[in-house]
Amino acid sequence: MDADGSVSDESGRRRRVHGMLKLYYGINEEGKAPEQPQSLDPCDINGPHFDPDLYLNKLRRECSLSELMDHETCMVKQIRSLDSDMQTLVYENYNKFISATDTIRKMKNDFKKMEDEMDCLSANMAAITDFSASISGTLQDQHAQITKLSGVHTLLRKLQFLFELPARLNKCLELQAYAQAVSSHRRARCVLQQYSHLPSFKGIQDDCNAIMEKLAQELRQKFRDGGTSAKDLSECVELLLQLDEPAEELCDKFLSHARSRLELDLQGLEAEIKPYPPTPAPKEAATRRSSSSTAAGSPSDNNSPKTLSLPSPTLNTDILEFIDRGCNEFVSSLCLVITSYQELFINHAQTGELASKNIPQMASGKLQAFVDDLAARYFSLVERRIQEEKGVGDNSLLVRALDRFHRRLQAVAKLLPGSAVPNRGTEIVVRAATERVKQYLSALQSFYMDSLTDVRQALATPRLSVAGGGAHLGGPAAGRDVPSSLPELLSSLSASILNQIKSVLASVHLFTAKDITFSNKPYFKGEFCSQGVRENLVVNFIRFVCQSSRQFCESAGDKGGSTPPALLLLLSRLCLDFETSTISYILTLTDEQFLVQHQNPITPVTTLCGEAREAAQKLLNHYVKVQGLIISQMLRKSVETRDWVNTIEPRNVRAVMKRVVEDTTSIDVQVGLLYEEGVRKAHSSDSSKRTFSVYSSSRQQPRYAASYTPSAPMDTNLLSNIHKLFSERIDIFSSVEFNKVSVMTGIIKISLKTFLECVRLRTFGRYGLQQIQVDCHYLQMYLWRFVSDENLVHFLLDEIVGSSAHRCLDPSPMEQSVIEVICERG
Amino acid sequence: MEDDAPVIYGLEFQARALTAQTAETDSIRFLVGTQSLKFDNQIHIIDFDDENNIINKNVLLHQAGEIWHIAASPADKAVLSTCYNKTSDSRVVSCAAVWRMPSDWDSGNHESPDDSSHNPQTLELLCHLDDSAHRNSACVLWEPMGDGKRVISLADNHALLWDLQESSTQAMVSSTATLEGKGQLKFTSGKWSPHHNCSQLATANDTTIRGWDLRTMSQIYCIENAHGQLVRDLDFNPNRQYYLASCGDDCKVKFWDVRNVQEPVKTLEEHSHWVWSVRYNHSHDQLVLTASSDSRLILSNMVSISSEPFGHLVDDEELSEGEDNHQEDKSKEPLKDSVVSTYEEHEDSVYAAEWSSADPWLFASLSYDGRLVINRVPRALKYRILL
Repeated sequence: MDADGSVSDESGRRRRVHGMLKLYYGINEEGKAPEQPQSLDPCDINGPHFDPDLYLNKLRRECSLSELMDHETCMVKQIRSLDSDMQTLVYENYNKFISATDTIRKMKNDFKKMEDEMDCLSANMAAITDFSASISGTLQDQHAQITKLSGVHTLLRKLQFLFELPARLNKCLELQAYAQAVSSHRRARCVLQQYSHLPSFKGIQDDCNAIMEKLAQELRQKFRDGGTSAKDLSECVELLLQLDEPAEELCDKFLSHARSRLELDLQGLEAEIKPYPPTPAPKEAATRRSSSSTAAGSPSDNNSPKTLSLPSPTLNTDILEFIDRGCNEFVSSLCLVITSYQELFINHAQTGELASKNIPQMASGKLQAFVDDLAARYFSLVERRIQEEKGVGDNSLLVRALDRFHRRLQAVAKLLPGSAVPNRGTEIVVRAATERVKQYLSALQSFYMDSLTDVRQALATPRLSVAGGGAHLGGPAAGRDVPSSLPELLSSLSASILNQIKSVLASVHLFTAKDITFSNKPYFKGEFCSQGVRENLVVNFIRFVCQSSRQFCESAGDKGGSTPPALLLLLSRLCLDFETSTISYILTLTDEQFLVQHQNPITPVTTLCGEAREAAQKLLNHYVKVQGLIISQMLRKSVETRDWVNTIEPRNVRAVMKRVVEDTTSIDVQVGLLYEEGVRKAHSSDSSKRTFSVYSSSRQQPRYAASYTPSAPMDTNLLSNIHKLFSERIDIFSSVEFNKVSVMTGIIKISLKTFLECVRLRTFGRYGLQQIQVDCHYLQMYLWRFVSDENLVHFLLDEIVGSSAHRCLDPSPMEQSVIEVICERG
Repeated sequence: MEDDAPVIYGLEFQARALTAQTAETDSIRFLVGTQSLKFDNQIHIIDFDDENNIINKNVLLHQAGEIWHIAASPADKAVLSTCYNKTSDSRVVSCAAVWRMPSDWDSGNHESPDDSSHNPQTLELLCHLDDSAHRNSACVLWEPMGDGKRVISLADNHALLWDLQESSTQAMVSSTATLEGKGQLKFTSGKWSPHHNCSQLATANDTTIRGWDLRTMSQIYCIENAHGQLVRDLDFNPNRQYYLASCGDDCKVKFWDVRNVQEPVKTLEEHSHWVWSVRYNHSHDQLVLTASSDSRLILSNMVSISSEPFGHLVDDEELSEGEDNHQEDKSKEPLKDSVVSTYEEHEDSVYAAEWSSADPWLFASLSYDGRLVINRVPRALKYRILL
């Protein structure tokens, strides 16, 4: 207000006003630019250190006249706006002050009025207190009297209850309302006990005791009576306990009663296991069972007509039904017994005064023994029933039965946490599963043997083969001919084996299905999969196949007669297929299906493959040996039984050689059905036309030389020896490869080597030698095409002709051209 | 090892017959009979100089025919028997005879070795082991360790026991045994057992092995189907009286206990063709030699069925006092039956193999092309057996 109208040119006042304004607005200025340092410049018109003289001087010095003029107008404008702002502010503040003063004055008046009213209120309250005190003082006496009267009333009612008690108890006894009687007596018992020194009370107590004694007798009678239902029984026990009966005795009685009922169930189950009831026991059991289940306590003779019509239990009761029955009857009543027993003797006793007598411990011990005993009998029955389950047709039934069996035992486990029963149950399931796996293995094995028998029969039945080996030779080779369906037999055999394995796996897989309770037991997760299924079932079966195949090589005897060669060939191919694909397929399948965790050492695929390959090799070798021996036998007979010294001039190839070629051809066809061609060395352009190098050279010039003693007389064929020096040693009975050419080479090697050895044991005349020449040439013409290296045939045939030339008394060989003519004619 | 290298000797003719000179126990000497239809056959007397690894040969002529089997008298170094084929008038006849070597073959040879091959001396015939009724002798067996007066010849289906008299110049059949049966039965081979006072004989015909009691000339045992194919040869274990080895065309060598003829005690399947000869070592019966037409000779160490299955008992006792570890090694190792080695020096079928009668660690084998190979048991094995 004192700044009002103080707009003057004096710099001192202006500065003060400016400072006040700045104080007023300072917050805003600082808010706007707090970081701007306050200018120290005395020429800054807004700065705190503004010096008007300095400013004026500066302006005067620096600015032109016009600028000064402008500056001045601008400044005047600013001064005016500042003044008007200041005036507005002052006015507003003044108004506010006026209104505040008015309000305060008004408040002062209102408070005075309120004070008066408060004084009036406190006076009234004091009056009320006085009145209340006087009222309570007058009422006190009456209240004490009322309390006393009500106490007397209660006492009188109690006395009345006591006096009426004997009568009431009697009435309860008549009505069989035992529970009410016991509870009444319990209420009175303490009082009577306390006042028993008074004769009247003593009399009441005696009466009561007599009645209660009677009641207890009756209860005991009822308890002893077998027919009472479980609920009645438990009620009975409860009452008896309340009547201070010895708990141990009650436990025993309760359990023995329960046992008799459970044993009926067990007998019923046993009757189902014994399919042929020669004794009346099962029927009797059935009778009693039905009686106990239908009507409690009803005499059993009522049901005897019904019993006769009951179907006698047969073996046809399948295991699921059996287990169902066991669960529904035995296990559920066992559970019931356990629950009521625990309710009565353990839980109940723990709360009551009986707990001090160690009753729970005693009772639970008894229960444990009881359950173990009965469960053991039940388990033995179940196990017997499971053992009867021999057929491997439908596994799901067994699995479901086992599942149900296991599942129901869980109830027992919940009721009796420490019991060994569930574990034993699991053990039974495990045993059953293991047994089942064994059964499947033997089923697989017998299936395999059966299919082998089928194959054998199929091979034995002569068929009109279309692609018969002897066809193009026109020979009567039908007997040794292979049915053209050899590959079909193989594929059907391997397919049926695979299918069988798959179906068995599927069946076994049921044991580990998710919805089966025992499938998450550690045994079924781990050991069952890896040891049970993979090792014992699958691996053992594959081993069995290999082993039984190998046995064909051994048991077939050295005669090689008993097993048909075609079967050997087929099995060899089967084992080879096993090695290449089937084994790994089966094992992968198993591992996938059973998620086998390889915790235990398991047989690796490679080992099995190795075994299969070994078996295949052995079988094929044996096949070669058998076939080779058959041909060898023909050749040997033909050489041994002939008088080679005195024989006629050869006109024909001997029939046995044709037979050899025919048989070789049919073997070739047979092997070709199952094995690939294989590689052979390049042929010479026309092998059949080849002459015997050894012999033709020795014919031109009968020169003999020993390779290492050249000075000696020469009786050893030089070329033959040179040939031997450079050719590889021939292993006659050696392993063959898995292809046709190798097999045929093996057979032909064996045959020709036999021929050679037999020839060396004989002595030949001129025509004997010539006959051998003809025969060898004939063999040469036909056999080279079967072998991997035709030189082998040439070499062996050369050896034969050479050896027979050595063994010849008059070695004058036949002309090559004549030989060729004879062979082509034959 | 230089010492273990085989020594090879080549005959000019093909040959099948080989024997050790049984009566000679000082020097290593083998007899080989040749087979030739065109030239005079020979008997080569092969002396082996063990120290210098040198072979000395002497040749005697055997003009009667090609030799299929040869056997030396156990008593007289100079006496031997052969089975040979004689051809006359386009007929081939198998005969057997006892021969004596000329007394001076040895000295004559040493003076002019080159000469001997041109003018070999001839064997002196002592007696024929044939009569008109019995022909086709397959082999002649001398009484083992006998006085050289008793001989058995196997001819067709007869076993003839001969008594040699008058310095072996006369042979009398003292008893015979005949194989009865269907078809044409023929003995292929036989062996005179050195056990039971030399009163037993084992023969082979086809796939069957039979035992005979020589006192009654009756059959005492019979192993039917001993081999799948023909049985080629037999030999008795020199130390275990009931043990017998056989070999045959099924490429197998089988060891039998003749008290139980159902199953062989052991079977070897090492050869890849017919096995023609099986021979026990005379001293160490775990060493078995087999020869086969796969051109191989195989020496096996059949410890488990030998008379010394655990090595020498005496040695074990001595050792047990000393080093225990060493003894364990010893007792473990020899239990394994194994092939000691396979000899592949031959290039043709090996039809005969024989142990030397003088040196138990040395043996000879003969292949059809006339190659005779002399080998020794590997030293390592020899020392393991001895020590």
